[in-house]
Amino acid sequence: MSNYRIHGATGEWEVVIGLEVHAQVTSNAKLFSGASTEFGAEPNAQVSLVDAAMPGMLPVPNRECIRQAVRTGMAINAQINKWSRFDRKNYFYADLPQGYQISQLYHPLVGEGSIEVTLDEKDPEGSTKTIGIERIHVEQDAGKLMHDQHPTMSYVDLNRSGVALMEIVSRPDMRSPAEAGAYVRKLRTILRYVGSCDGNMEEGSMRADVNVSVRKPGEPFGTRTETKNVNSVRFVMQTIEYEANRQVDVLESGGAIVQETRLFDPDSGTTRSMRSKEDAHDYRYFPDPDLLPLELDDAFLEECRASLPELPDAKRHRYENALGLSAYNAGVLTAEVETARWFEALLAASAKAQDKPESEVAKAAANWLMSELLGALNKLGKNLENSPVSPDAGGELLALVGKGTISGSIAKQVLEKMLETGDGATAIVEREGLKQESDSGAIEAAVAKILADNADKVEQYKAGKEALFGFFVGQTMKAMQGKANPQLVNEILKAKLG
Amino acid sequence: MSDDALDRMVPELNQILDWVEQLGSVDVTGIEPMTAVIPNTLRLRDDVVDADPLTGGNRRDAVLANAPAAEHGFFGVPKVIE
Amino acid sequence: MTELTDLTVAAIRTGVAQGDFTAREVAEAFNANVAAAQDALNAFIVATPEQALAAAERVDAARAAGQPLGKLAGVPIGMKDLFATFDVQTTAASHILEGFRPQYESTVSQKLWDAGAGMLGKLNLDQFAMGSSNETSHFGNVVSPWRRAGDTARLAPGGSSGGSSAAVSARLCPAATGTDTGGSIRQPAAFTGITGIKPTYGRCSRWGIVAFASSLDQAGPMARDVTDCAIMLEAMAGFDPKDSTSLDLPVPEWEAGLNADLSGKVVGIPREYRMDGMDTDVVKSWDDGIAWLRDAGASVVDVSLPHTQYALPAYYIIAPAEASSNLARYDGVRYGLRDLPEGANLQDMYAATRAAGFGDEVKRRILIGTYVLSAGFYDAYYTQAQKVRTLISHDFKSAFSQCDVILAPTTPTAAFALGEKSGDPLEMYLNDVFSVPASLAGLPAMSVPAGLNREGLPLGLQLIGKAFDEQGVLNAGLAIEQRAGFTAKPERWW
Repeated sequence: MSNYRIHGATGEWEVVIGLEVHAQVTSNAKLFSGASTEFGAEPNAQVSLVDAAMPGMLPVPNRECIRQAVRTGMAINAQINKWSRFDRKNYFYADLPQGYQISQLYHPLVGEGSIEVTLDEKDPEGSTKTIGIERIHVEQDAGKLMHDQHPTMSYVDLNRSGVALMEIVSRPDMRSPAEAGAYVRKLRTILRYVGSCDGNMEEGSMRADVNVSVRKPGEPFGTRTETKNVNSVRFVMQTIEYEANRQVDVLESGGAIVQETRLFDPDSGTTRSMRSKEDAHDYRYFPDPDLLPLELDDAFLEECRASLPELPDAKRHRYENALGLSAYNAGVLTAEVETARWFEALLAASAKAQDKPESEVAKAAANWLMSELLGALNKLGKNLENSPVSPDAGGELLALVGKGTISGSIAKQVLEKMLETGDGATAIVEREGLKQESDSGAIEAAVAKILADNADKVEQYKAGKEALFGFFVGQTMKAMQGKANPQLVNEILKAKLG
Repeated sequence: MSDDALDRMVPELNQILDWVEQLGSVDVTGIEPMTAVIPNTLRLRDDVVDADPLTGGNRRDAVLANAPAAEHGFFGVPKVIE
Repeated sequence: MTELTDLTVAAIRTGVAQGDFTAREVAEAFNANVAAAQDALNAFIVATPEQALAAAERVDAARAAGQPLGKLAGVPIGMKDLFATFDVQTTAASHILEGFRPQYESTVSQKLWDAGAGMLGKLNLDQFAMGSSNETSHFGNVVSPWRRAGDTARLAPGGSSGGSSAAVSARLCPAATGTDTGGSIRQPAAFTGITGIKPTYGRCSRWGIVAFASSLDQAGPMARDVTDCAIMLEAMAGFDPKDSTSLDLPVPEWEAGLNADLSGKVVGIPREYRMDGMDTDVVKSWDDGIAWLRDAGASVVDVSLPHTQYALPAYYIIAPAEASSNLARYDGVRYGLRDLPEGANLQDMYAATRAAGFGDEVKRRILIGTYVLSAGFYDAYYTQAQKVRTLISHDFKSAFSQCDVILAPTTPTAAFALGEKSGDPLEMYLNDVFSVPASLAGLPAMSVPAGLNREGLPLGLQLIGKAFDEQGVLNAGLAIEQRAGFTAKPERWW
């Protein structure tokens, strides 16, 4: 639970937050037409006669869009409504060719569900909270208006008109900007796991309407404002911060909050009232008579369920319980579906190369990925997606360490060479002669020389300064250019030093 | 609409609305509103782009052919201040 | 030899196929009639004689080459101007769509061209199909070719498919398309002594037909007799994946299935349709119809459709509600009229365009529809009307447990004069009292000519069938047609 409070002149205020997230459904074609959904086409190139609302045009729903919304609902453990309907939301705007948006008000496709959010990712077990989701419904996106290309005209591009959106409506369950941020991040993670939305907030694939109200703790909900189309996690948090403080100021100076639509200004971090057609609107919702009720059969639902991947929470638990990873590592590795996929491919390759069960090599793989590879990629300005080292190549490297062919410190050098040249670990080790020395004779010779050269330190060690043991190990390794098997070095040193 | 036209129409509209009020007297207890007049189920389309040119994209000329003000591939409208 | 323009669809098709005359000769004859009648009847908004000739020439060439001919090969028809036709102005008889040239063809019209029909032109109608007299057209009203005996008063051809009814009865085309939302095929057919059928909702694709009320709109043919309607409907109907409400069923062979022997069939007479103060000529024609169907072998029973009186008010909530939303797309942005006063912003442009582009009846219905859908009134009006619609549908279901087809008058009176009812919208609406219930229930229904009233004007009888049973409706219609012996046609005064 959050203890976030606004400290006003009259005391502490609690902020109440609900989010309506619009997520673009991943599909090839639009929700009700065969036009492409691809981003970045020429203006009005991806517009069908249906999307342009030519007289007599009719909508036919795209199965994939329905399927993706159902799978998303299943991923948040929501009730899937086998009987739902599309309604028309009527209003006039230049980006809305039909004069109405086809949406779902009365009978949404997905009902009650919830997601669990982690407030502190460093401490995944520490504080989690369940955020209720009221519904997910499917609707059409609008087109786009451009205002800066002509002195007296705005230009209309309908390429986005009719693209499928899921509107994911939360309960007013959040109490701080941090909770709202965690909720949006978690929702994005789930959508990307499911594959129902690419979660790309910069391109507008995900945006949020942020509902904020304030109240004195324990009192009933206050009047809320809705800030539209906020398109990053940071902006969502800023919106809440600003709105909550603004509302407290208004209330404490004797004013009242007006239920209204507001806009967020990213440059100033503030919101302002949208005194426009959007306000005080009667949308005159009614069932779309061009469409019959949407009835889903068991086979359809079964396919949706069967095609769901392992979801982030389940995966995190498995990483901890079956693979023995730390809660922190499990949390980081599962936060992005790409990271988890990369890790699992690495794990499989490493286990296969060593002929060991995954659970035995998982920790080493997780540690290497998180502390070696990600850092090295970061230095190169790269990430896992464009990594020059593949999971298979990483697995090969981990196996060399696991089998004792090279030491951990040599592995760092090998990784650098791999990133540089794109060559495989084994080839690099062979070529550079980095293979670990496990010939006890050679190590014994090196140890004998070190001990002879450092007779004074041997005396001190024998007199009880045991910390010097590390010095002898270091010198031996140095003498052997780091290639000596550390375990053998230890054993031989111990024997020689008595 | 002009005030004249509205003045003329208001009594007609009131008359029509008074007349449809009689529906309120019908007992509809337990009756569901009509959803599909002929029993039929909603079919779903395959997720294929431009499968039928009549419902697909890539026909900008046809889409813009009747536009009162088309420029540079866009529809033009009076400038909107947001 | 009779004139080519007096031939039925079936006769034209046969004559062309046998080489008695060419398709081009037929098209020329009808083109001439269209041109000659235009000033007086105003049945067409646009005539397309060159399209009729081109289609005819294709048929003649195909026949000369020995290729198989379509079901409507060589038959020129009129197309109600509610169907989008490629690059040919499509207006719904409105100013707001004046000059609109669709870059697509409606499914139904495409099917007709594929069957070998040719287009004589786009037929006038009530604006956006809203009206019962054709007086709401932006392009002037159609005048019925019929006149009362000894009277030159101009009569309404019915509506909304009034261009279609006038053109078929005046021999400007052997058949035409119509659309029926609350009676727009049957009422004009009855007023002009022709035959028209509205099939089961979903039989004909709505794709490319300018929408009035989506849950009610249904296309159908208008022609001189039952056989021609069967031929036309076979070509027009069929599953269309572009229309979510299209029925995914094979098209029956209605023409081949025509059979006027009604032995074993039961005809229902709905007692609620017999109203106080009913026109005595209408009552007589109804009684004639009962006798003819008995004569054809059917038995007759009384049935009850208890919610009949609520059909019209329910219709006048549902249809305007849907229309108010369907007509929102006419905003001056992408096609059609744009009225942009000096200095106008976007909202001003919408208001000016729609004020200038829509006629009074369309505005009236948009206002009613907007009102009944508004917050606070939605349940009392719209939801209640949809529940009453369910009850009306139940009425028919229980009636059809006792009978196979229902017989009733099509209209409460014969054609009225232009201007007679246009001052009172409500009185005009009441003209649809017998046709609206079948529309609300989505059932197949047709009007066939029954005879003339004492003023020499045609009266129609309506047959309503079970869902999907167009054949039963057509067969009962054929039985009446064979016994009514209706051969009257308007005397040519134009």
